[in-house]
Amino acid sequence: MLSQHLVILPILVPLFAALLQLLPWGENPQYYRRIIGLVSCVILVAISAGVLIASTEGPQVYALGSWQAPYGIVLVADRLSALMVLLTAILALPVLIYACYGEDNLGSHFQALFQFQLVGIIGAFLTGDLFNLFVFFEILLISSYALLMHGGGKLKLRACLHYVLLNLTGSAVFLISLGVLYGITGTLNMADMAVKVAALTGDDAIIARAGGVLLLVVFGLKAALLPLYFWLPQAYAMTTGTVAALFAIMTKVGIYAILRVFTLIFGAGGAEAAMLGYDWLWWLGLATLALGSIGAIGSRDMRLVVSYLVVISVGTMLTTFSMGNERATSAVIYYLVHSTLVTGALFLLVDIIARQRGKTASRIVKGRKLAQHAVLGMLFLVSAITVIGMPPLSGFIGKLFILEAARTGAQLALLWPLVLVSSFLVMVALARAGSRMFWHTFEGKAAEEKSPAGQIAAIALLLTGAVVMTLFARPISSYTDAIAADLMHPQTYISTVLNQSGGAHE
Amino acid sequence: METLYAVTVGVLTACSVFLILRGRSFPIVIGITMLSYAVNLFLFSSGRLAIDQLPLIGHSETYTDPLPQALVLTAIVIGFAMTAYSIILAVRVRGEIGSDEVNEPDHSDSEGSR
Repeated sequence: MLSQHLVILPILVPLFAALLQLLPWGENPQYYRRIIGLVSCVILVAISAGVLIASTEGPQVYALGSWQAPYGIVLVADRLSALMVLLTAILALPVLIYACYGEDNLGSHFQALFQFQLVGIIGAFLTGDLFNLFVFFEILLISSYALLMHGGGKLKLRACLHYVLLNLTGSAVFLISLGVLYGITGTLNMADMAVKVAALTGDDAIIARAGGVLLLVVFGLKAALLPLYFWLPQAYAMTTGTVAALFAIMTKVGIYAILRVFTLIFGAGGAEAAMLGYDWLWWLGLATLALGSIGAIGSRDMRLVVSYLVVISVGTMLTTFSMGNERATSAVIYYLVHSTLVTGALFLLVDIIARQRGKTASRIVKGRKLAQHAVLGMLFLVSAITVIGMPPLSGFIGKLFILEAARTGAQLALLWPLVLVSSFLVMVALARAGSRMFWHTFEGKAAEEKSPAGQIAAIALLLTGAVVMTLFARPISSYTDAIAADLMHPQTYISTVLNQSGGAHE
Repeated sequence: METLYAVTVGVLTACSVFLILRGRSFPIVIGITMLSYAVNLFLFSSGRLAIDQLPLIGHSETYTDPLPQALVLTAIVIGFAMTAYSIILAVRVRGEIGSDEVNEPDHSDSEGSR
């Protein structure tokens, strides 16, 4: 019975955990809330792995209330969704462990907001319906508004105001595009819409294209693509390390939505609306990559550098995706998993470093020696190597896949130099930051307050992901190849969603 | 009716875009509220405008689409909550920073006096 409902469990588990955490727990509520949160995250990892295994047999469709698609609302776990859900769970567990060492006491209800945030993210990955994508976006945004303010402070306020106002406008644009697409196709189910859009001709197709471009704007805002990324560095650099680390998956929600909608609905099979926005993504992605690199090398604060690393990774992924071939999509997905884990680790690491340095915090200036100099230095080295893309860790393999995916002359001429130069700039930025923070320290006493071993273990756990992705690069890349093949040939997805019988979940 | 409806949505959107581009938080919040009105009206029209028709099949020969109404209801609820949150946030920014400028005020004029 449970296996029938497997697909909806990743949404229900954090939802119930959050509701339980909101109950009054007596004298020492945080203790119980932490236990509930951690248990929920562990269960989530196990369930997500189960969904991933189930999805290898083909897309798993869950019709809510047994209402058949396209009239009812469906959740769909195909290979891509399942991988994203598992990635979210794997990121969430170490981040929550890290947060449980006191960071969750900075503001009220951190634990419940964390779980609600997971509900939104995982729901956005699993839904098969565009309007529910909007609803889950709102769920994750509402919790992210509150999480961004976690800990309070003047600087956070302004960054949060920008973030909230921009995302409210983004939500309005999302609704307009949904109205346009629904008005033309008469459906909101993504699989059904793909069929309907492919049949459009003439003026209708042009209106559908307009709706599609509006969607691209919204997803570009979530993913932080060039003209819409200016909110990101401030917001990510101002908030606490744990929240920033959890937000490492947030831009990936935007990228997932682009991957899903612009292969399924506006992909190669979209007739007159086919390959919509790919040329835009190519140029904007390249420009994002270039500006992100300049931002990274120009930042004087380590948190800002890491925030710009997020921007760079977004530019790299969207440019690569816009090449539109299977190898490119596969490379994007490999890179996506790698960059989520390593940016999460870096945000946490910078948080620890900032705390141990005391007054100089994360600014890239000469400061006092860290209490756990050697351990943190090693972690920084490993994560820097990974994020730059130097051999031997997963960043190198990810970038190799991306460079290999470039085929035509123009792609080679633009992508190769930009990716390589940006890697070089990131290397310079991180080498400068690392040498200032770890080598050019003041003589005299080191900081005394050590960070708990659990926090460092949480970072190490995230970085283990990079090592695992290197060791098992072959099976993982064959899995991402399968995802890319699914995305490029969405017929299986469409027929599975539309043909499943309504009474399958009795 | 369609023309009037389209003009209303268009004017609302244009005004809201103007307000959102202002530099202070209060006009922006008003602008976003107006934008959500425009969006709700637009969503409602996506099922085509019809007068005196039930959203039920079988009661009369013609019927209207019930789905946009459900969508608008969801959008109204979410939009309302979000507007409330942004107002509170704007008020707190005004209180804690002492200015409702959305961006950091330009310090270039007072450069010498600091």
